[in-house]
Amino acid sequence: MQNPMNAFPSPASTPRAWQPRIVAFFCNWCTYTAADLAGVSRLKYASNVRVIRLMCSGRVDPQFIVEALVKGADGVLIGGCHPGDCHYVEGNYKMLRRFRLLGRLLKDMGLEPERVRLEWISAAEGEKVKRVVNDLTEQVRKLGPLNLPQKAADWDKELAELQAQVEAAEAEPARA
Amino acid sequence: MIKLAINGKALTTETGRTMLEVAREAGIDIPTLCSHESLPPYGSCRFCVVEVSQRGRTRIQTACTLPVGEGMEVQTHSARVLKIRKILVELMLARCPESEVLRDLARELGVPHCRFERVRGDKSPCHHCQACALVAEMPLQTPDGSPSTFVGRSGCILCGMCVRLCDDVMKIGALGFEGRGMRRRVTTPFREPSEFCITCGACSSICPTGAIELLRVRPQQPRPIPAEFELGLANRKPIYIPFPQAVPRVPIIDKDACVNFMTGGCKVCEDNCQAKAIDHAQQDRVQEVDVGTVIVATGFKTVDPRRIAYYGYGVFPGVYSALEVERLVNASGPTGGEVRLRDGRTPKSVGIIHCVGSRDKKTNRWCSRVCCMYSLKLAHLLLEHTGAEIYNFYIDMRTPGKGYEEFYDKLLSEGVHFIRGRVGEVTDWAMTPDEEGKLVIRVEDTLAGFVRRIPVDMVVLSTGLEPQADAQAVRRLFNMSCGSEGFFLERHPKLAPVNTFTEGVFLAGACQAPRDIPDTVAQAGAAAAEAMVLIDKGFTEQEPNTAYVLETECSGCKSCVPLCPYTAIAFDEAKQKAAINEALCKGCGTCVASCPSGSIGQRLFEDQQVFSEIEGVLAD
Repeated sequence: MQNPMNAFPSPASTPRAWQPRIVAFFCNWCTYTAADLAGVSRLKYASNVRVIRLMCSGRVDPQFIVEALVKGADGVLIGGCHPGDCHYVEGNYKMLRRFRLLGRLLKDMGLEPERVRLEWISAAEGEKVKRVVNDLTEQVRKLGPLNLPQKAADWDKELAELQAQVEAAEAEPARA
Repeated sequence: MIKLAINGKALTTETGRTMLEVAREAGIDIPTLCSHESLPPYGSCRFCVVEVSQRGRTRIQTACTLPVGEGMEVQTHSARVLKIRKILVELMLARCPESEVLRDLARELGVPHCRFERVRGDKSPCHHCQACALVAEMPLQTPDGSPSTFVGRSGCILCGMCVRLCDDVMKIGALGFEGRGMRRRVTTPFREPSEFCITCGACSSICPTGAIELLRVRPQQPRPIPAEFELGLANRKPIYIPFPQAVPRVPIIDKDACVNFMTGGCKVCEDNCQAKAIDHAQQDRVQEVDVGTVIVATGFKTVDPRRIAYYGYGVFPGVYSALEVERLVNASGPTGGEVRLRDGRTPKSVGIIHCVGSRDKKTNRWCSRVCCMYSLKLAHLLLEHTGAEIYNFYIDMRTPGKGYEEFYDKLLSEGVHFIRGRVGEVTDWAMTPDEEGKLVIRVEDTLAGFVRRIPVDMVVLSTGLEPQADAQAVRRLFNMSCGSEGFFLERHPKLAPVNTFTEGVFLAGACQAPRDIPDTVAQAGAAAAEAMVLIDKGFTEQEPNTAYVLETECSGCKSCVPLCPYTAIAFDEAKQKAAINEALCKGCGTCVASCPSGSIGQRLFEDQQVFSEIEGVLAD
């Protein structure tokens, strides 16, 4: 029988199977504290999420999100304070604006916007951290690996081949 | 200055005053029915007649309208004066034999009975006088059922105080005189119910004989103002002291109910106040105080028991909230500490329902912590005051405090009943003759294992504690955080229990979580000490993670300037670069993330550091 304590398979226990890798940017005042609370409350959540602490969700530069995806993350989670709750008055609203814009950009790039999620989690909502992390992990698992570094390499290769074909085609009539 | 003598007593006084004022000041009592601080002298009742001798002439004059004069010699109780007063009281009694005030006066003056016939339309003789009821007990009945729109009852002595008060002082003018001589009476225009009357009750309260029935002036039930502190169990006036322990203990004026704010009139309280402390022109003032530290102690509110409909609060008059019972058992409360139900009975059995609006998924999930103990206290006091059978309905008894468990033990030995189980409903539906006219508490006794019906006279709902209605506004004001239930969040439950996430703002009391008085006092002391530390130090430490501008990179686009919530970013016009004031910067990094040229950095959270972190967390 499966031990309920091991309900979430960790990447370490099953090294061969693909596991989603999610980078999380958490606000120091709410979501990071909530994640702390989840830990103190002995809540179990998927270990696929790797947390980076920032002082405010307003500090999240869209570059960070893109960089994380480029470096091999399958999803990105941003945790900020509830609207009106920001420790820095309105940083979360600024993040929301950027997030909406970035979502459109990602769609245009051919990425599933569901891979990147913005959640409002207050310092008291350890339960919500657990729920959101597990939920996003499952969602990304369904979407499959993003594997942007490999894709980028493939695209480069494809491009190089095309380049070669074009060059070859240009060279042929000259010979003829 | 004028020299005069009253009853042989030499007095000096200034000109322009009336004899009545001077006599009263000298401690000489002159009876009068028609003088009032707010009304100018009128001389209609004529009870204040005195005998005045001046320059060899003696005359009888009303003291209230008599200006003091040099060398006056006044007799207030001479045989001549008394004789006049006796006749006056007899005449008035003939008109209004029911008046308690007149009968008292007659008794004082030694008038055995009145010899005159009562003058009314039918000229019937005063039947009260036949029994010579002046000294005997006479029922103070009103001749109700008469179709007359005569405002004053038969007790009207036509002093005109009500008319003058309504017209000159209250500035309403709903009452007036009508007719002459024997037909003179106080009434409303055309003897119709007045549209202008605001049922302020000034006429009926000033009437010396209690002759005015407000309902005849305007057939609209006057609405009493419920006293907030007594939770509506008693009424108050538009000017009132909020509660006995108020600091400062001075009266306040309810602008919504005060006649002065409706008509610009009245100000009777101003006339009465000898210290001249009342000022109706006073305006609300908003004071700005510069402080370095703030202790938030905004407290709690109790759950509105109407939310739990099946306990019948607001439906059955016998259902009380615990706070109302607190007023009932209080010696300075509306009943003077006597426990009386709304219908005047003393309860013979009381049911106290615990956890109303606490430990309940439908209302509030948390334990309100203080209710068990205050319920026990009320049980003890109710038992002491009434000797009633007391039933406590509890889920769990929680007595975590010094001496609390001992108190619970004491109650058990006093014979208070404890029934374990959450009450299902309170109903007035009687199933047995025992239950007739009582409130029935239906509860599953989880220790005995069956459902019981317990008939009681009084139900007390031990309401739980919840955050203030405006807690969110306060939270936003101080940049604090809240838990999911709405109580303010401390920085750390163990290491910084009175601090908030905002430096210099501290918490005390039930605004943080439900807690009782000893705990609140202890916490308030801690908060004050923390505030003192900060005040003594005189400075706060700056954030280590402030932002800074790389001047060589900044293009001067100004897009960061409006983003800063602390207005820490200024634009240096000379250099055409943005400049960050590090004393104002709190280090949120919003400007850093949004700088298009990447020319703002944040200490401890540089872009490069975050990129390296991303690389680090993604490395296998």
